[in-house]
Amino acid sequence: MTTVSIPDVMRILPELILAGFAILVMLFEPFVPAGRKRVLGWIALLGVLVAGMAFTWAPPNAGMAFSGSIAADGFSYFFIFLFLTIAALALLGSINYLERDNIHHAEYYALILFSTVGMCFMAASAELIMIFLGLEISSLSTYVLAGFRRHDPRSNESAMKYFLLGSFATAFFLYGIAFVYGLTGTTNLVDLAADLAQPGKWSTLTRAALILMFVGLAFKVSTVPFQIWTPDVYQGAPAPVTAFLSTGPKAAAFAVLVRIFLGLAGPSGPAAFWVIWISAALTMTVGNFAALLQKNVKRMLAYSAIAHAGYVLVGLAAAMASGSTEGASAVLFYLAAYAFMNVGAFLLIAHLAGPGEGRTEISDFTGLGRAAPGAAACLTVFMLSLSGIPSTAGFFAKFYVFRASVHAGLIGLTIIAVLNSVVSVYYYLNLVVTMYMREGEPQAARTPMPLPLYSAIAASLFAIFYLGLYPNHFLLLSTLSSKPLP
Amino acid sequence: MMPIPPTWCVYLGTGLFTIGVIGVLTRRNVIIILMSIELILNAVNINLVAFSRYFGEVDGQIFAIFVITDAAAEAAVGLGLLIALFRNKETVNADEIDLLKW
Repeated sequence: MTTVSIPDVMRILPELILAGFAILVMLFEPFVPAGRKRVLGWIALLGVLVAGMAFTWAPPNAGMAFSGSIAADGFSYFFIFLFLTIAALALLGSINYLERDNIHHAEYYALILFSTVGMCFMAASAELIMIFLGLEISSLSTYVLAGFRRHDPRSNESAMKYFLLGSFATAFFLYGIAFVYGLTGTTNLVDLAADLAQPGKWSTLTRAALILMFVGLAFKVSTVPFQIWTPDVYQGAPAPVTAFLSTGPKAAAFAVLVRIFLGLAGPSGPAAFWVIWISAALTMTVGNFAALLQKNVKRMLAYSAIAHAGYVLVGLAAAMASGSTEGASAVLFYLAAYAFMNVGAFLLIAHLAGPGEGRTEISDFTGLGRAAPGAAACLTVFMLSLSGIPSTAGFFAKFYVFRASVHAGLIGLTIIAVLNSVVSVYYYLNLVVTMYMREGEPQAARTPMPLPLYSAIAASLFAIFYLGLYPNHFLLLSTLSSKPLP
Repeated sequence: MMPIPPTWCVYLGTGLFTIGVIGVLTRRNVIIILMSIELILNAVNINLVAFSRYFGEVDGQIFAIFVITDAAAEAAVGLGLLIALFRNKETVNADEIDLLKW
């Protein structure tokens, strides 16, 4: 009989604080008059900050908690901090957006917090049951968030598609888990790795079970051919929500992929590696070429999100091929760098799209460079970083991934990746060219940026340049964090 | 009396899983797609409980309880989203949900 001890509780303190604040926000919601809901937004933000500070001031000892179901290690700390940062930026960018579009309900803030709790549990669990629960906590919250503009049919449609395909994928993931449990008798990742390391344990059925689990996670990170939902959902969801769900849940699913597949990849031989290799190549290529054809900014960035998932998979393939920490640390670096540039870009687009998000075509941004020089300059930085121009975070993110994959001997995959990032420059710069070099009156909103959004954008810009000019500190951090405990 | 061997349960689970997958892929009514997903989740539960009995441990049964809870939460969220959609579009047909191209 195991009992819950204080160190166990300390190891999930950030999650507990976030969940507590989320419940607090929902309890206060009926007592706050309609015009003052932003108070609850600040309470939610306070929750994120307290969770972050609790972690910094009282760092828990690394180790397993709750009978080996939670792994409190550098890996999970890295991701929890990343999720807290994403949540904070998304909350800052949402407050004025919700007021502008008359959908200011405090459930939004609570759902962001709950989703963050789920993502933290995904990154921190060393137990398939906990991974599943974290996945569902974060997914169910984001399904509702995607449909938060509930009088807008586009948002309804986005939420419905996300929900149907998301729960279908979760069902696959679960079916895979059930088979893994049946074949090994355990759902704990440590025991599982030990069990599968025995000779003769790998059968067709084991591989099939792992592939089912991969399909479930591949859906969340939107790799080809499980990416069909991504453009529709990202386009239809409210833009701050898109900022959140294109970075947070995606990074969480990658955390799970790293934890499961790096732990088990050794004995599975080349099969798992080739699955990752092929989906990396397909994901980059399909994402980038489809993005070339888009007329809508949100949809273009959705395809770019697919392409970026492909680059991260290159890092994962390198980690599986070489077994060194270089690949895994490149994955961590990439996910963090991508989070800053994508959250910044989507939050800025949420503002520029104007009331009701009516202005999201690329042509609506014509001439923005003269009409709103500040916003246009920020958007330009985000686009340059996404395309991987030196001195921005995107450059070093790509550089480390490519370097890891060259060191791992994946020359073919690296060439595909480099060619792809050349292609991607076209559609990112197309937006910049439209803003600065085409004549015309921009349709996009020219109202000044509200202060909370301004601070979120400034923080993202700072992070982009910091990672782009002084990547060493962060690279060291991601290298130290790249070894999961089990 | 002979106990039911776990393989039979796995066959039953595989059957339910297949029916569920075919249902999701071929049906166009959102409610029936939702029911097909529940069918897959039940296939998972049958497998988990059968394996749990085979190993003589309770892990699988506890997992199954979590899955049932999750299925309930999922149904609540899904039907809520469907009602919001129905208010705006008056349809539950997946083919008519086409504002954003698939």
